[in-house]
Amino acid sequence: MYKFHYQRASSVDEAREKYSASDEPRYLAGGMTLLPALNLRLDRPSTLLDIGHLSELKGIEENDRGIKVGALSRHRDVSRSDLIQEKIPALARLAGSIGDPMVRNRGTIGGSLANNDPAADYPAAVLGLKATIHTDKREIDADDYFEGAFETALEQGEIITGVTFPVPEDAGYGRLANPASRFPLIGVFVAKFSDGPRVAVTGAGPGVFRVSEMEEALSQNWSAETVKDISVSGQDFSTDLHASAEYRAHMITVMAERALSQ
Amino acid sequence: MRFGIGQPVRRKEDPRFLTGRGRYVDDINLSGQTRAVFLYSQYAHAIIKSIDTSEAERAPGVVAVFTGQHYKADGMGPIEPEMMPEDMGGPKGFRTANMPLAVDRVRYVGQRIAVVIAETEALARDALDLIEVDYEELPHVTSAVEAVKEGAPLIHEEAPQNKSFTLKMGNGDSIDDVINSAHHVTRMTIHNNRLTALTMEPRGCIGEYNDGTGRYTLYTSTQNVHGMKHVLSHQILKIPERNIRVVAHDVGGGFGMKGELYPEEAIATWAAAKVGRPVKWISTRAEAFLSDDQGRDLTVEAALALDQDGRILGLKWDGLHNVGAYINGAGCVPILFSLKLAPTVYDIPVVAVTNAAVFTNTAPTIPYRGAGRPEAVYIMERLMDTAAREMNIDRVELRLRNFIRSDQMPYETKTGWVYDTGNYAETLNKCKVLADWDGYDARKKASESRGFQRGRALIYYVDNTGIFNERMEMRFDTDGNLTILSGVLNHGQGHETSFAQMASEWLGVPFENIRLAQADTDEVSLGRGTYASRSTMVGGSALRAAADQVIERGKSLAAHFMETDADKIEFEEGNFKVKDTNKGMSITEVAQKSSLKMGVPGHLGAGLEGTGAFWSPMPSFPNGCHICEVEVNLSTGEVAIDKYTVVDDIGNVINPLLATAQIHGGVVQGVGQALFENIAYDDNSGQLVSGTLMDYAVPRADCFSDINVDFNPNASTTNPLGVKGVGEGGAVAATPCTMNALLDALSSVGVDDLPLPATATRVWEAIQRVSA
Amino acid sequence: MVKLFKSLFGAPGADESKSTQKSDPVASSPVEAGQISDHSDLITVAMTVNGEKISRQVEGRRRLVEFLREDLRLTGTHVSCDTAQCGACTIHLDGLPVKSCAVLACQADGSDIVTIEGLADGDKLHPMQEAFREYHGLQCGFCTPGMVMSAIGLINDNPSPTEEEIRDHLEGNICRCTGYHNIIKSIAAGGQAMKGQNNV
Repeated sequence: MYKFHYQRASSVDEAREKYSASDEPRYLAGGMTLLPALNLRLDRPSTLLDIGHLSELKGIEENDRGIKVGALSRHRDVSRSDLIQEKIPALARLAGSIGDPMVRNRGTIGGSLANNDPAADYPAAVLGLKATIHTDKREIDADDYFEGAFETALEQGEIITGVTFPVPEDAGYGRLANPASRFPLIGVFVAKFSDGPRVAVTGAGPGVFRVSEMEEALSQNWSAETVKDISVSGQDFSTDLHASAEYRAHMITVMAERALSQ
Repeated sequence: MRFGIGQPVRRKEDPRFLTGRGRYVDDINLSGQTRAVFLYSQYAHAIIKSIDTSEAERAPGVVAVFTGQHYKADGMGPIEPEMMPEDMGGPKGFRTANMPLAVDRVRYVGQRIAVVIAETEALARDALDLIEVDYEELPHVTSAVEAVKEGAPLIHEEAPQNKSFTLKMGNGDSIDDVINSAHHVTRMTIHNNRLTALTMEPRGCIGEYNDGTGRYTLYTSTQNVHGMKHVLSHQILKIPERNIRVVAHDVGGGFGMKGELYPEEAIATWAAAKVGRPVKWISTRAEAFLSDDQGRDLTVEAALALDQDGRILGLKWDGLHNVGAYINGAGCVPILFSLKLAPTVYDIPVVAVTNAAVFTNTAPTIPYRGAGRPEAVYIMERLMDTAAREMNIDRVELRLRNFIRSDQMPYETKTGWVYDTGNYAETLNKCKVLADWDGYDARKKASESRGFQRGRALIYYVDNTGIFNERMEMRFDTDGNLTILSGVLNHGQGHETSFAQMASEWLGVPFENIRLAQADTDEVSLGRGTYASRSTMVGGSALRAAADQVIERGKSLAAHFMETDADKIEFEEGNFKVKDTNKGMSITEVAQKSSLKMGVPGHLGAGLEGTGAFWSPMPSFPNGCHICEVEVNLSTGEVAIDKYTVVDDIGNVINPLLATAQIHGGVVQGVGQALFENIAYDDNSGQLVSGTLMDYAVPRADCFSDINVDFNPNASTTNPLGVKGVGEGGAVAATPCTMNALLDALSSVGVDDLPLPATATRVWEAIQRVSA
Repeated sequence: MVKLFKSLFGAPGADESKSTQKSDPVASSPVEAGQISDHSDLITVAMTVNGEKISRQVEGRRRLVEFLREDLRLTGTHVSCDTAQCGACTIHLDGLPVKSCAVLACQADGSDIVTIEGLADGDKLHPMQEAFREYHGLQCGFCTPGMVMSAIGLINDNPSPTEEEIRDHLEGNICRCTGYHNIIKSIAAGGQAMKGQNNV
């Protein structure tokens, strides 16, 4: 890695202050994305601000808006939470499918969402469940949060403090893993709410997005059968060593069916 | 005998590995050591016009920066092929000279151009950024098929059409007539794709120079210390062998990839003398993908001619083997072995096979688990299943009809191998029973009820194992305990255990008191290393000869101690007895007494020891049946192995626990090639696109089910132990077995061919193409 | 004619443009809260490793795996990849298996670390280590420490895993020698043997 200053913050405010005082700062939460990238010398921050110990960003609790998951909740915590397993089991399953057990013991939802890797799992759940992202400054609706691969609505230095997931009537997650990276080649999160269904897709390339045609069809009939013949255009999707854009496009339908069959 | 031959003895070496006390090369640190980091070529093919290292040299902590110019100015030499066909009476080819640091031209993106030596690795990498290289890019070609076409860029001007040499084997003057007149001809184009060994321990080394004695020491992770020493002495440093010591402690996997000298080892050794301090280099995983020599990469046009009963009349194939930018080490071996083994287990009257070594702007290819035999068996077993389908003959029946029969053994193939023993039909039938072949329909229905398409395949493989001679020594110390000095080189195979089992059984020495010494050219005077599944066959047979000498000398010593003649001494279960009496001495006592300072006449030696050597002019031929059942998800193309059964004829089995595990490991690598693994170069840029584990899909535990293994031993006649090699057969057999099973599953939807690897995307796309 | 500043490998122009200055003019930070103090470039970290309290000064960029291997000379934890995928570097941090290549030593300040060297009790192997030996769950041994630490983590969460659960758990532990077959058997047996013992 290139050299950097390592600093710990003991509060969110202190983290913001230090961030503003640094030339090229990065927040460090679980480190599962940032540290391998630094190890490969793909990034060169001047300062690493470790916010991984901030207790105010931890905790999973229920309130009248749904389930609030602290930004520093590890994937392990979300997958094993009795509350989430009871209320949004598909979210617990998604968290339990990220990476591998060791990665899940460190990686955090805040880190995942701040990074917004186009092949990450969480964006599909957050967009699919129309969650609210809480930051140290404001609340951002899921529909306004994701701005394309690795791009979000967060301002410089803004810290995610938690995510509130409304509790759906039903939800599911279908995931097709890249055999090398084990990231989702395609992941489809479906959720049924009283005001309509949501279908969110990750892994295709351009960042997480919703499939309105599927949502409309599902509002009539919530079942795997419904989406069987709905195809999505792969025009903007990635073609790489592992999958063509066309394959990814077709897998959206297959994974949606899988999600709906759960 | 609990620790004897044939017992599943648990390994002596395990405690240190289980408790984190193994000693791999990165665990070694020498006083004053520096760290080296290499600069790799940006381009697949380019002239190096200049390299400016001046800023790098001034960077903090930098001790030295060297380029090919420095290396060449010191009179150091290139890495050349260990052998070329012309060295064995074959046609003359172009012999490449690969300077460890490129001098004026680079020919692949992994080629090393410069080295920075600094106090720490991080400081070396910081300085690496400061090196300026002035390249003149040249056109490149990465595929062998393209490289031989007219107008393709020449990798070496001396090799027209980018061919170093072409080899021909067989008796095939009449092959075209055979094909033209045959009842049926199956034709296929088959590409056996390129892989990387991906040893869990990456390569690494420490070079050290003692300016008082003028001796170099190279600590490294290798399969062959003596081979390395030889190359360092004769090719690289051009100094007498006695001034070089090569040492390996624990080696974390090899698979053939670590069987030769690499540029980094040459440079670390040379540079240690230049900078006057040890030079340590450890590969990162990304550097390993880029710069480890790679495996396979053969494209063939093949034809199998059969009569109306499905009897094979002739086999023809013409291959282009992508040898990469240079022929390194044993790079010719896969080309040779693929030809020699081409007819595999079938009695084929006319065989005509050719294989050309083709240069491209990619990493050099060298032996990787199987080294040419996986290629040969893949071609043959794909042809057999395809012919069976085309002729509507049962796939198993077609094989049985064409097998070399046990009463034909020893059988000379038309390519010049002589198979010693084997009962292929019997082994096949045993495997079918073990695999519950007849119960398949129920499993197929069960898969279908869960939404999967089930398929299966049965293949039969043969392998050629064992090469070169070998030397083993047995030495007793003054305590009467035994050390085996081994010319082979254990890197996971369990030699500390298997050789101790043998010695324990032959000499009656307690198993736990036997030490294995290996992998140090100062301690072991001669050896060949471990590869080609040779260690038990050749090493074990040499050990047998050493044990015989120990017994012979022991008899003379015992006779002296017991005051009788040597011909009155018998040796049995660790004891030297005087015939027809109760007098006896244990081997331990004889060893102890023989090492006393007084009382032993000089002609009997001082201390008990024995040396043995073994050579077989012909390899041994392990063979076996693999049966694979897969489940395919037709909507995603994903394939999972659901049942895998092996019955193997590896001759006599020394340790079934270790032997079975070799088969497991080989099978998983073979399946890896069939379904997941692929080294890919981008044709347009010449860059390696599969450069990390994010892109190169190595199999994980969740890709498999149990692998059920049993043995059907037919003792080998090539060596006194009756063993055949076991290290590579799994990898040889599993790739065609998996692919044939997958195609069986897809036959119902009309897919009859797939490329390697058959990734989910490719499976799915093939399904789409036939339904369109 | 192309003049290039070097990047380690990769397509020309693929890397971000990097300054070739030798040192960044970064202002040194004041002393931090808690146990982390940052005088010049070195930070004091304190943690418990295999039951022993240790304290050292490290650079911010020092990874836990480097700290263990080089500063503490605990070379049983291995490095086998650079993308935090292979699992050879797995250790226990505060009771959970993590990849020490993707944790900074500074992050581990105040933590309880157990490495492969901390499992055995003198010559008495941990039941999981014993099971790997009994079931021949290792060949070259390089992936083994990470495999054993990961396996213990699984059993701590799930004392009687099915074969499928064991295989799924090993998604982050790559082995190239064994084909996993005997590793699965070892873990199943090790898990059984761990019942009734104190968890690591």
